[in-house]
Amino acid sequence: MNNAINIKHLHARAGFGIRFDELHEQQNWSVKKAVKKLFEASEKMDPLAAVDENIDLRLKPAMQTDMQKRALQEERNRQERLLNEAWLQQLSNTDAQLREKMTLFWHNHFACNIGNAKYQQDLNNIERTNALGNFKTLLLQVSQTPAMLQFLNNQQNQRGHPNENFARELMELFTLGRGHYTEQDIKESARAFTGFAFNGKTGLYTFNLRVHDDGTKTFLGQTGNFKGEDILNIITTNKQTAVFICTKLYHYFVNDIPDAKHINQMADVFYRSGYEIKPLLEFMFLADWFYEDKNRGNLIKSPVELLVGLNRQFYINYQNPDVLIQFQRTLGQVLFRPPNVAGWPGGRNWIDSSSLMYRMKIPSIILNAGVIDFAGKATPEDEAYLASQRKQQFNVINRVQAAPDWGKFLKEIPMDTSHLQIAEFLLQPKLNQAIIDEVNKSADIKAAVIEVVSTPEYQLC
Amino acid sequence: MKRRDFLKNTALISGACMMPAFLKPFEAMAQDELSGHKNLVIIQLSGGNDGLNTIIPYGNDIYYQKRKTIAINKPDIVKLDNMLGFNPSLSALKEIYDQGWMSIVNSVGYPNPDRSHFRSMDIWQTASDSDQFLTTGWIGRYLDSNCQTCKNPYTAIEVDDTLSLAMKGAKMKGIAVQDPGKLYQTTREPLFKDLVGAHSDANLNEDNLGYLYKTMIETYSSADYIQKTSKVYNVTATYPNTALGNQLKNVSKFINSGLQTRVYYVSLSGFDTHVGQQNQQGRQLQIYADAVAAFIKDLKQTGKLDDTLVMTFSEFGRRVEQNASNGTDHGTANNVLLFGGKLQKPGIFNEAPDLVQLDNGDLKYQIDFRDIYATLLDKWLDVNNSQVLNKTFKGLALV
Repeated sequence: MNNAINIKHLHARAGFGIRFDELHEQQNWSVKKAVKKLFEASEKMDPLAAVDENIDLRLKPAMQTDMQKRALQEERNRQERLLNEAWLQQLSNTDAQLREKMTLFWHNHFACNIGNAKYQQDLNNIERTNALGNFKTLLLQVSQTPAMLQFLNNQQNQRGHPNENFARELMELFTLGRGHYTEQDIKESARAFTGFAFNGKTGLYTFNLRVHDDGTKTFLGQTGNFKGEDILNIITTNKQTAVFICTKLYHYFVNDIPDAKHINQMADVFYRSGYEIKPLLEFMFLADWFYEDKNRGNLIKSPVELLVGLNRQFYINYQNPDVLIQFQRTLGQVLFRPPNVAGWPGGRNWIDSSSLMYRMKIPSIILNAGVIDFAGKATPEDEAYLASQRKQQFNVINRVQAAPDWGKFLKEIPMDTSHLQIAEFLLQPKLNQAIIDEVNKSADIKAAVIEVVSTPEYQLC
Repeated sequence: MKRRDFLKNTALISGACMMPAFLKPFEAMAQDELSGHKNLVIIQLSGGNDGLNTIIPYGNDIYYQKRKTIAINKPDIVKLDNMLGFNPSLSALKEIYDQGWMSIVNSVGYPNPDRSHFRSMDIWQTASDSDQFLTTGWIGRYLDSNCQTCKNPYTAIEVDDTLSLAMKGAKMKGIAVQDPGKLYQTTREPLFKDLVGAHSDANLNEDNLGYLYKTMIETYSSADYIQKTSKVYNVTATYPNTALGNQLKNVSKFINSGLQTRVYYVSLSGFDTHVGQQNQQGRQLQIYADAVAAFIKDLKQTGKLDDTLVMTFSEFGRRVEQNASNGTDHGTANNVLLFGGKLQKPGIFNEAPDLVQLDNGDLKYQIDFRDIYATLLDKWLDVNNSQVLNKTFKGLALV
């Protein structure tokens, strides 16, 4: 039996889209076999290593000249660019698709926005290592990253002078969700997290006993001399955490509109396994409802998913990868720069008049060496760099300088494949008559492909 | 046949009626509708403009004590009263100020201020509390409020490549238009045109694909409307040849051509002056002041100043004390500048910032920025502020 339609859907969601030859190979597989293969391919773990120095650990001269400060700012900016581009490369090239897709999920779940690229890279690698592992392990490790400790001010959270930022976001955004704890629970747990800190000289996590509040705390109805680890245990013992995470995963993999029944099934699996991520994802990818019509071709790709999908499908090689950052800026998603700790809202939030037009235009610009006449706004954190470099804008790149490997792409496609079949392969939603008419009249396969990737349908997966 | 009947009949067979509803050109407002059509122009200074070196409390010795190397020398300051004066780079605005077309609101901020650019900008653009994360902007929610005059995407235009969060609502979003001609060209590419032509609002589903097509169709008709309406008017006033100057020139074109837009949004970057502040901020302030002065004079000339209100804000001010690199670090409260022909209290609206009672080295806010938004919503955009701000703010006697 030809199972191509389900296999294609699975790869659109669990990865960044399937290639023609892969689909040809797998079209008669069962979903179960395809899911198994996805997990096998994701056993591979390649940490990012683009940033090799922690600039904050350098010995600072007592007085820095303005010039030295500017040079430092330039270095920070360069590290951040390298990190961004390294991840985008990895997303586009690795076979460990599911691992990267989940890393992207955790990147948005544990949203963090700081100016230290090394700490960002460390956090990202923790998310990658545990992407398909155990959520409790991931949560504890994230809570002890310099990135998160700095971003959510736990460095300033000390006995007698609590800073509640980390405790609040932990519950509101990372685990329970609003309405499942009180302001008092935030205050008490903040005390338990005093001492979760990193050493500014080594850049490593250390439990700072000196500032830890070892008094008695009452948290979610339990009383004891709690430390941060105890709070995390109490939070994950509450099944609401499983429901909260599964709701977000359902949005990410299945549908914008939550289905309470399916989410509860997922939460049961997740909770019973002690927060193991792999069995949860297996359950979801194997569920009949995952392949229902209403759950196909109806998720709006994030800008990064859009760019990565294109890169994978057409083997694009960028001479100047900075252009990918310019595209991220234009489309409203710069990796490592989420708008706030709640992450990118996603879904229809990605789409407005201008972003939609750019999304429909960028694929053809990349595939067809078009001219870029837009730059996107600087992110607020870029302002210091811009001010120090005495310019108001980034240099705008107006030539993509990218080469798709048409030869490789076309070689996978049998000679007798029709334009319509190409469109059906590249697009997830059902085709309407206008698109069918367009591709049928296009001059050749290349022209048909470029039209197909310039449609609203291509924005969906 | 009478002339009137003839016109009626030709209208029936002309293209206008044959076109699907969404492609119909929107008619420009009749002249009598135009008067009383109020415009709000928002200018965002990105990076955290140092308000204390913009509107300078030169009459306060503490200012000179805390800013040994970056304070502006007294003789250079353009004095407004015996406490406050302009940074010399703002001198183009003195004439505007003297005409009573400018109000300075001091010490504007919000409780529990956040000193990160991202977060504070987020707070200003979404009008949230500092511990609240909203995914819609305040102008976006104004569009969502479905008021009489805010039914189309072009009700709010951002003169830029991309659309800011401030302009995004849950149901409706504004539109980014850097150049109306370019936008028009983009939407008239053959594939785009064909896909729009094959769809109409009526047969679109509620799902995400339907939403994408709806957005595309709206963009198509908005681009047409904006291009056709605005091209009939030529701006004759002279503007400085800077990005901001050109953006405000476009806004003038839009306003004077009678576009049914209520809100315009532009931004100017480069205010995050941690290092070597004087030159950098001076350059940016001059770009700002020269462009705004040209804009205000232009609007006065064309009789539109009474119907226009300009608001300038930045995501935060900077610390009172300078740093060791001849710059300033992230602070809290800041001034908001208003321009227009119908200001209730031109000049300096409230007391100069208090440099003694500080919050950990930062200015304490006296006015919640949402009270300013509330005033603009209630009195300028004709919508009840609680609908947009999610709670009621009292507002101020600004306009």
